[in-house]
Amino acid sequence: MHKCEVLVIGAGPAGLSAALEAARGGAKVLLVDENSKPGGQLFKQIHKFFGSHEHRAGVRGIDIGTQLLKEAEELHIEVWLDAEAVGIFNQTEVWIIRDKQTSVTVKADRVIIASGAIENSVNFPGWTLPGVMGAGAAQTMINLHRVLPGTKVLMIGSGNVGVIVSYQLLQAGADVIGVVEAAPQLGGYGVHTAKVRRAKVPFYTRHTVKKAWGKDRVEGATIVQLDDKWRPISGTEFDVDVDTICIAAGLTPLVELAFAAGCEPIYTPLLGGMVPWHDESMKTSIPSIYLAGDISGVEEASTAMEEGRMAGLSAAHSLGYISDSDYHTHFEEAQRRLDVLRAGMFGQKRRDAKAAIIGHQRG
Amino acid sequence: MKDVDIYDQPLKVTGAVSMVELHNSPCYTLPPTDRRALAAVIECVEEIPCNPCETACPTGAITIGKDITTIPVVDLAKCTGCSLCVAACPGMAIYLKKYEFVENEAYIAFPFEYLPLPKDGDTVRLVDRLGNYVCDGTVLRVVQAKRNDRTTVMHVSYPNEYYERVVSMERLSKA
Repeated sequence: MHKCEVLVIGAGPAGLSAALEAARGGAKVLLVDENSKPGGQLFKQIHKFFGSHEHRAGVRGIDIGTQLLKEAEELHIEVWLDAEAVGIFNQTEVWIIRDKQTSVTVKADRVIIASGAIENSVNFPGWTLPGVMGAGAAQTMINLHRVLPGTKVLMIGSGNVGVIVSYQLLQAGADVIGVVEAAPQLGGYGVHTAKVRRAKVPFYTRHTVKKAWGKDRVEGATIVQLDDKWRPISGTEFDVDVDTICIAAGLTPLVELAFAAGCEPIYTPLLGGMVPWHDESMKTSIPSIYLAGDISGVEEASTAMEEGRMAGLSAAHSLGYISDSDYHTHFEEAQRRLDVLRAGMFGQKRRDAKAAIIGHQRG
Repeated sequence: MKDVDIYDQPLKVTGAVSMVELHNSPCYTLPPTDRRALAAVIECVEEIPCNPCETACPTGAITIGKDITTIPVVDLAKCTGCSLCVAACPGMAIYLKKYEFVENEAYIAFPFEYLPLPKDGDTVRLVDRLGNYVCDGTVLRVVQAKRNDRTTVMHVSYPNEYYERVVSMERLSKA
């Protein structure tokens, strides 16, 4: 059986940040990721991040990813790629499949789960046709693999993912035929919708996709207006000529590992649904298991990195690696930076939802 | 929705900020027509946690403050038109403008992240906030400074009768 002090599952922004903090504290860290490359979503985030200087604002996600990997290398953190964590037993033993063939059990004093989230779908007749995909999948294709999924794209959903990916599809050379949004108001930041709109992409609020059609792949779609009770209004249908439909309808935390391990769940609709309960130190109801990033409630890469730091610090501190005073200083700094990101008209709701998780009295 | 009334619709419906919303926001300080210097114009009307514009400004002309969700405000007296904020803004929501660059010609410098790029002297098709064509413009300079981290800043002149309406240009086709 392989042994380590802190095992971090998932090498995205949250997991990388957690691994770095735990390793800086002095713990022996193993970082595993099911993908062939580390970095999670960072390497497809070619846009400049928001926040302030202390959050690396103005720096592109890809460059933040490169920086974090460099730091991990300097700290000699052991990284296993193509390593899927498939189960947690006895609260500390993690079953990992390496390279899709070798079964390994890692006994870890602390486990930090940073498994991320998966895209939600929207179902309509024709949604199984090739050419219908998650917005995140399209973003992976264009920014990681440099493959344009199509040239005439319809985006479903106007949250930040929908509008950022629309913009990046335009950058990649596609035309975005329109963005449909079932709600009466657009969801994403105004600055993101504005740059898509000034590229002449129309937004259709209170609209949805009624159906998509095509022989071997998407060749077109019918859009319909919705009334104030979200019901399609007959007679308002119109067709659009598209070869790709991207769905940006939110994300759901990837909670399976944590729940299979026995972590207590809590429901937080604003942050993606069922998540493992955690306290302010990012510790779950199982004292050896911590969380960071989207699994603890869907937010964004900037917040995931701060939560990762908090989880890494807490895990190392619980093993006696960081002095109480250093721990409190660094933890409170990360907490403060996180609070800054969870302010304003978009952030306050997330801050309240997070506070409700942490404040929840467990039965 | 007809194009004639869509200009009055709000940001959260069209995706583009309306003139009413802009004029009601403290961020929007279009340099007056008698001003002879290039100055930053910010179109950032929502409280989002972001302040690279303030950090980038070498003269302290942009103020956000400690609470980084506060809407940025430009002090035109301090702005030198250096364009650092134009590339620094992650929302691509800042451009520079001046009413009279030469007689009857206004000047705009805006961020641009599409390829291919035009060349100095080229004629480009300038657009408004809804992406509709407004007028032709002449490319003065295409700036790709290293410090701008792959955000091109396009400097363009155009008829100043469209001073306020123009914000960007159409993408160029690959052909």
